[in-house]
Amino acid sequence: MFEMIMPAFIVGGLICVIGQLLMDLTKPAFTPAHVLVSFVTGGAILGALGWYEPLVKIGGAGATIPLSGFGYSLAKGAMEAVGKQGILGALSGGVEATAVGIAAAVFFGYLMSVAFSPKG
Amino acid sequence: MANQSSRQPTITVTPEQYKSLAQQYTPKPTVVKNVVRAFFVGGIICVIGQIIINLFVIAGLNRIDASTAATATMIFLGAMLTGLGVYDEIGKFGGAGSIVPITGFANSIVAPAMEFKREGYVLGVGAKLFTVAGPVLVYGIATSIVVGIVYFFLH
Repeated sequence: MFEMIMPAFIVGGLICVIGQLLMDLTKPAFTPAHVLVSFVTGGAILGALGWYEPLVKIGGAGATIPLSGFGYSLAKGAMEAVGKQGILGALSGGVEATAVGIAAAVFFGYLMSVAFSPKG
Repeated sequence: MANQSSRQPTITVTPEQYKSLAQQYTPKPTVVKNVVRAFFVGGIICVIGQIIINLFVIAGLNRIDASTAATATMIFLGAMLTGLGVYDEIGKFGGAGSIVPITGFANSIVAPAMEFKREGYVLGVGAKLFTVAGPVLVYGIATSIVVGIVYFFLH
């Protein structure tokens, strides 16, 4: 149950530090939306180059839980699907590989938005 | 080198320019604090994700399915904690440490949707769910398609 805990902490922490530096050192400052878009795009590009895979092997959830891991899954899915179905896979692969995450985000997001009201 | 360093500086700046230059190059003390907090909060969120993966593996899922299931669980937790108002507090402390993990993505979906509920369930909740998730999906999916097309022509 406790395997990979330290690698996940360190890799996950360092990835978040990159996000914090993006927010603190850019002018005009990156908003959370800019950070998330940068991470998903960056993760997809690093995934395509094969540079994100080692990070996943080393850091486990430390690399897959940050949004860059979502980008990595998108790119990996697209490339694997191209291998199986050709050019059609380029369109389907990314969304297929991340379908659970996208569907969970839409469904749970809707559920919680309806169930709760903002505080204060 | 020693001779060079003792000569008069050749750059001329007005006091105003100097002030703004100095300001530009002075590291803000908050940056270090923010970075440390982001590291700890982001690290802890990823550790929770890792523990959930490990539990799914113990429950009999293979590594890839366990990782996918853990992502969905983290989205659920992030969305629920946002609804309860807890995630905002984590965010105030953790900065990017609470934004970059997938729980922050869930937070960015629920927070505006909840806020705009009074504008109705279609143009309020339904539309505002995608205030941040929309751009993320647009750029993420578009990048993956470009990657797929490039991969197709290279192989």
